[in-house]
Amino acid sequence: MIWETVRLSLLSVRRNVLRSFLTLLGIVIGVAAVIAMLTIGSGTTEKVKADISKLGSNLLVVRPGRPAGPGGPGGLDQATNPLGSKELAALVAHLSGARAISPASQKQVRVIFGTESLTSGVTGTDSAYLDARDWKLVSGRPFSDSEIRSGTGVCLIGETVRQQFFGAGDPEGEIIRVNRTSCKIVGLLEPKGYTGFGQDQDNVVLMPLAAYQRRIAGNRDIDSIYVAADDRTPTTELLPRVEDILRDARRIPPDREDDFSIRDMTQIADAMASATTTMTGMLGAVAGVSLLVGGIGIMNIMLVSVTERTREIGIRLAIGAHEKHILIQFLVEATVLSLLGGIIGILIGLALAGLASLTLAIPFAPSLAVILLAVGFSALIGMVFGFFPALRGARLDPIDALRHE
Amino acid sequence: MSGSLLITFDKVWKSYGQGEATVHALAGVDLAIRSGEFVAIMGPSGSGKSTAMNIIGCLDTPTAGTYSFMGIDAGRLDRNRRAMLRNLYVGFVFQGYNLLPRTTAVENVELPLIYRGAAARERHDLAMKALAEVGLVGREHHTPAELSGGQQQRVAIARAIVTRPTLLVADEPTGNLDTARTHEIMELLTRLNTELGLTIAMVTHEADVAAYAERTIRFLDGHVASDAVNLEVAQP
Repeated sequence: MIWETVRLSLLSVRRNVLRSFLTLLGIVIGVAAVIAMLTIGSGTTEKVKADISKLGSNLLVVRPGRPAGPGGPGGLDQATNPLGSKELAALVAHLSGARAISPASQKQVRVIFGTESLTSGVTGTDSAYLDARDWKLVSGRPFSDSEIRSGTGVCLIGETVRQQFFGAGDPEGEIIRVNRTSCKIVGLLEPKGYTGFGQDQDNVVLMPLAAYQRRIAGNRDIDSIYVAADDRTPTTELLPRVEDILRDARRIPPDREDDFSIRDMTQIADAMASATTTMTGMLGAVAGVSLLVGGIGIMNIMLVSVTERTREIGIRLAIGAHEKHILIQFLVEATVLSLLGGIIGILIGLALAGLASLTLAIPFAPSLAVILLAVGFSALIGMVFGFFPALRGARLDPIDALRHE
Repeated sequence: MSGSLLITFDKVWKSYGQGEATVHALAGVDLAIRSGEFVAIMGPSGSGKSTAMNIIGCLDTPTAGTYSFMGIDAGRLDRNRRAMLRNLYVGFVFQGYNLLPRTTAVENVELPLIYRGAAARERHDLAMKALAEVGLVGREHHTPAELSGGQQQRVAIARAIVTRPTLLVADEPTGNLDTARTHEIMELLTRLNTELGLTIAMVTHEADVAAYAERTIRFLDGHVASDAVNLEVAQP
């Protein structure tokens, strides 16, 4: 009986293709929106997590200047006491629980090879930097200790720099000019792509800190110190230790605030991830409202359908249909309609999410739970919004219904 | 024609509206139809013949009085019980055929069997047989739009008899048909009456259609004005 009714309702959907299609549109758009939003949302969350972990997992970043806070803007101000080799030495000597400690000074600099040029992020650092940031070399070698100490003109380049100057060729041993000093390429960094904020992480040149300070910055300052925690030490434990050592090294009296800031990249990652999750939820809720509107569309069409088929209902009642037969018939029809819409919506939603993941370079992360929820919800919408029109049809008087033109 | 009593009206009233505006469509009608009879019901508009037919077909109930169908007090049954009664014992043929549009002939004929819960195979076989009985072999898979008026009415008759009903209620069955088609349909009804012993109650306003019946009941102003055996039954 139920299969029969489902078959009949499919027939009725097929007999009124245009009307069925228009009815479905609301549900299709609603479900597609929900699926696309939630799938893109969870892809974005994954992407953000991956991006932050590219910045280095369990990473603390020390910068000079007061931390940003309610007192006003933090960061560098004219009175800032820069970081230098004594802070770095103090951390290396006294900090436990760190996997890698590395200084970094950075500047956007014009890099030239032959007639080509490129503005690139040039970083002066040491050999622990790759470990601290979890970066790898595709070819070549890291800086040697003697190169670090003497500040030799050698460098590691990112993929974007290679492509600009050498295409697919091997850059090793070539000499590039960085801010009028020459620099020999000793290695190529693994490509990392763009960050979620659109920053090209491959447009970089690394050189020994001493070389950078002497030839590019013209001072002995260190812009930031990266401290990577080892596997056993959470960053929340490491952070106060770094703070103590630095206060000591910079001789800050107990009654004075820090004149440096320590940023915990893990916390930033968590905050970002939870922000995207909230965003996803809100977009999903908005899409959910459109599903509701779709449901009202179903109700409208079912009411029209009941009125239009009053005579048919009359015939069915006359030849012996009970109220429940008519009720079930229209309920099943509404449910089949909205389920059909739901399935089409899922396909369109997944296609949209797939397209978005291709164009925005985020992972495609469909969730079975979300899909099942959308299917269940669209069936529920059909039943709920189909019930009133179905009941109206079932309650018709067969004599009036037969007389209906 | 001398079967058992199938239908009896005992002082049946059917009234609409209230107070001053009350209209009595039936005003204390007494009536009896035996099983196997072929009865024509005639009368002008508003005479109460349609109301009487609705009560006979268990579609409607009297306001007062007793309507009994096969010995059952059908006038006091609820909607669903009357629906069951119609499904089991009554077939309907209407002036406007009342087939489901965009639905094939055989599907239309299967319809009453669906509400009996018959299996798909059985339904199909019975429907094909009923279509053969009304002379529509080869047209089973045509939709109403692809059939002529006479053929559509044959499908409707097949739908009415597929359940092997006791009573066939026909409301102006030839009202939409030309003379030739009218005679074909009336011959079919007559054959069903004689061969299957089907009791037929038929509303018509055409005397030559009524002539196919054995008996004519005339309504006027809510009363039975005359009830007579046809002396000259039209010969098929």
